[in-house]
Amino acid sequence: MIDPIAVFVLLLGAATPILFAALGELVVERAGVLNLGVEGMMIGGALAGFASAHATGSPALGFVAAAIAGAALSMIFAALTQFLLSNQVATGLALTLFGLGLTAMFGKPFEGVKAPSMMAGPFGLNLMIWLGLLAVPAVWWFLMRSRAGLILRAVGENHDAAHGLGYPVRKVRIAAIAFGGAMAGLGGAYISIATVLQWTEGMTAGAGWIALAIVVFAQWNPWGVLAGAWLFGGVTVLQLRLQAAGVAVPVQLLSMAPYLATIIVLVAISARQKFGRSGAGSTPGSLGQPFHALR
Amino acid sequence: MSDVFRAEGLGKTYPGVRANDDISFSVGAGEIHALLGENGAGKSTLVKMIYGLVRPDEGHMQLSGTPHAPADPRAARASGVAMVFQHFSLFDALTVAENIALGMENPPPRAELSRRIAELSQAYGLPLNPARRIASLSAGERQRVEILRCLLQNPRLLIMDEPTSVLTPQEAEILFATLRQLAAAGTAILYISHKLEEIRTHCDRATILRHGKVVGTVDPRAHSARELAAMMVGAEMKLVDRSGRKPGDVVLDVKALSTPAATEGVTLKNISLTLRTGEILGIGGVAGNGQDELLAALSGEITTPHGTVTLSSADLSALGPDPRRAAGLLSAPEDRLGHAAVPQFSLTENTLLTAGGRQDIVKRGLIDHNAARAFAESIIKAFDVRTPGPGTAAGALSGGNLQKFVIGREVLGGPKVLVVNQPTWGVDAGAAAAIRQALLDLAAKGAGVIVISQDLDELLELSDRFCALNEGRLSPPRPTEGLTIDEIGLMLGGAHGMEVGHVPA
Repeated sequence: MIDPIAVFVLLLGAATPILFAALGELVVERAGVLNLGVEGMMIGGALAGFASAHATGSPALGFVAAAIAGAALSMIFAALTQFLLSNQVATGLALTLFGLGLTAMFGKPFEGVKAPSMMAGPFGLNLMIWLGLLAVPAVWWFLMRSRAGLILRAVGENHDAAHGLGYPVRKVRIAAIAFGGAMAGLGGAYISIATVLQWTEGMTAGAGWIALAIVVFAQWNPWGVLAGAWLFGGVTVLQLRLQAAGVAVPVQLLSMAPYLATIIVLVAISARQKFGRSGAGSTPGSLGQPFHALR
Repeated sequence: MSDVFRAEGLGKTYPGVRANDDISFSVGAGEIHALLGENGAGKSTLVKMIYGLVRPDEGHMQLSGTPHAPADPRAARASGVAMVFQHFSLFDALTVAENIALGMENPPPRAELSRRIAELSQAYGLPLNPARRIASLSAGERQRVEILRCLLQNPRLLIMDEPTSVLTPQEAEILFATLRQLAAAGTAILYISHKLEEIRTHCDRATILRHGKVVGTVDPRAHSARELAAMMVGAEMKLVDRSGRKPGDVVLDVKALSTPAATEGVTLKNISLTLRTGEILGIGGVAGNGQDELLAALSGEITTPHGTVTLSSADLSALGPDPRRAAGLLSAPEDRLGHAAVPQFSLTENTLLTAGGRQDIVKRGLIDHNAARAFAESIIKAFDVRTPGPGTAAGALSGGNLQKFVIGREVLGGPKVLVVNQPTWGVDAGAAAAIRQALLDLAAKGAGVIVISQDLDELLELSDRFCALNEGRLSPPRPTEGLTIDEIGLMLGGAHGMEVGHVPA
C-alpha cells in the first residue's frame, strides 16, 4: 500500500526547506536574537531563487541568489534591532509581512513560468537535500566545538558578560542574523525551485512559522532540529499518501499532529524543569533582549 | 617595590557627570592595593579604563613601565591585566571549562585545558570540576571559576571587584589566603571594596576615591574604620543611635513554618521565631538560602497552614498581603525595582501599592490623588529622598534614593511589625546610615522589626538577636551582644568544601 522507502525519500524532500530555515534560526537564537521574520526571508529567497534560476537556467545560481536575498532581507532586521534597538518580536513580524508583500508585487511576471530541472545527487536525492543533511553536523560542530561557536553561544547566553570579556556582541549577532537569513532564503528557494517548480504568491505557506516552532521543539539543538524537520516532513507526506490511499483519517488531524507534538514537548520540558533537578533550561539566556553597551 | 601599574591624571566624562578626574596612583609588585569609595565615587569607571572597557578622555597608564592603552578587554588581557567581576561575567548554561576558555586569548585544546584547570585548582586549593555547568555551582564556586580564569593567564595585575560580597566569612578567608599566595609570587592586586574591616586586615595600601577624585593613598592598617569611612564619605560618619528601646510583649509569633517543595528556589523548613515589640531581629545568610521565601511567607505572598504566622494573637497565616498590611504587618522586599516599586510609576502612584489602605488614600475604590501626593511628599521630606518631586518616575531615582523611599513608605505606614530584606543593598554609606537609623527609631517607638541582610556588620549594628538562615532552616536566635564574626560564619554554614591552598613559593 505505502512503500516506506518511497515515503522516506519524499519525507527528506518535504523536510529540507524547514530544515534549512530552522538551522539558520537556531544559530540566530543561540546568539540571543529572536527573528520572527523567517517566513518573510523564506518567501524572499523563494522568489529571488526562482527568478535567477529561470533567468540563468541554473538552479545552483538560483540558490546562491536566494541565499543573498534572504541575507539582505535579514539585514533590514539587523539594522533595526541591533543599531536602532527596536523590539525584536515586532520587527520580525514586520519583516514577514514586508517579505510577503514585496514578493507578491515583484513576483507577478514569474507566475506561470517553469523552473529549470534540479541538480541530481547521489542515491536519487538532489544536492540540496544532501547539503541540508550535512548542515546539521556542521552547525553542531560549529556551535559545540569551534571557538567562534563558543563565542556565539556566550553572546546569546549573557551579552553583558560577553561584552565585559571583550567580545563584539553586535558583530556576532549581525553575522548570525545574516547566516539565518541566507539559510531561510535557501529553504524558501527549495520550495519554489525543487518542490513546486513554479512561483506562486505566498507559496511558503507557513513553513517559516513551522521552522520557528521546530527550533523550540529541538531545544536549540541541531540534531533536534533534524528530528523536528523529519517529523513535520513525515506528517506532510503521510497525509498526502493516506489521502491517496483512501484512508479515512481527517487531513486536519494529521496537519495538527506536528504542532501537537511541539506543545507536548514544551510541556514535558517545563514539567521536567519544574519537578526535576536539571535547573538550567537550554533557552539562550539573553534571547530576544536588546543589547546596549555604554561606552 | 617596583610599580606594576601606574595611572597618571586619568579623567573620564560622561554626559553630565565627571566620573573620573585627575586620578593618579600606582600598584606595586606583590602588593594588595585597595580601591575604596562609595557607590558612584568612580571606582568602576576607573577599573573599566584599566581593563579596556572604557577609554579615558585624558591622562595615561603604564603597565610594567610600558604605556598601557588597551583598545578592548582582549588587548588588556594580552598585556597581563585580569579581572574578577562582581556581576555579569559567567555564562550559566556553559561549563566551567568553556567559561574559562572564553576568558583566554588562545585557549589550549579541551583536554589540555581541563588538565591545567585541575592542576591549578589543586595548587590553590580551589577544587572545581571542569565539566560542571555554571548553573549548578554555588556563589563561592562560581567565584573560583572567575579566579581560575584569571590565574590561567598569569596576570601581572589582577583586579578584584567586590569579591567577598557573595561569600561567607570563611570563604572570604580562603580567598585572601589565595590572594596572599599570588601576591607573594609577584602579582599586583587591585582590590575594590567598601568593606572597611576587610581592607584594614588584608590590604597593604588603600587609594580612596570620592566624587571621581583621589582623596589620598593611605596605609589602611594605620587608620581606624571610622577614619577611612570619613575619608570616603567626606564627613564624620554619624554613629547610629541604639538607645531608647525596650523589648515588650511578643507581637509576631511564627511557628513551624514550612513551604511546600518549591518549583525553584529554596523551601523553608520548620521555621519558628518570636518577635517582641521594640525589638530588632537580624536574620543573616548567604544569598539564596531562603531570604526571599521567608519574606514572602511573612508578607503574605506565600500563604501557609493555620497557626504558622500569628500577629498579636490574630492568625494571619491564610491571608494575603493586603489583609496582613491592614493588620499591621508591613514588608519591604529586596528588589526595589519591580517588586517594591513600579519603575514607570511616579512616586505618588507608588505610594498606592502598599499604603493605599493604611493612609486613607483609597476610599470606596477611588484614589484620592491629593492624599497620595501629600503622603509621597511626607516620605520625601522625612527620608531626605533626593528627587525633583513626587511626580518623578520611581525608575529615575538612584538606588539609594529609591530605597529610602521604599523603606520610608513602610516606616511611615506605622507598622506593628516591619520585615525588610537587604535594606541597604547597593546604597551609599550616607543613605544606608539614614535607613538604619529609621529602622532603629521605628523599633524605639515600639514596633517589631525583622531585618534580613547579607551584611553582617549591619546586622550586628542593628539587631538585638541574630539568627542564621541556611538552606531554608533558621538557627535558634542568639543575643547579638558578644557575638563574633567567626561565630556567625559558623552559624551561616562555614566554608562550603573549601580548603586553603598549598603552592610552592
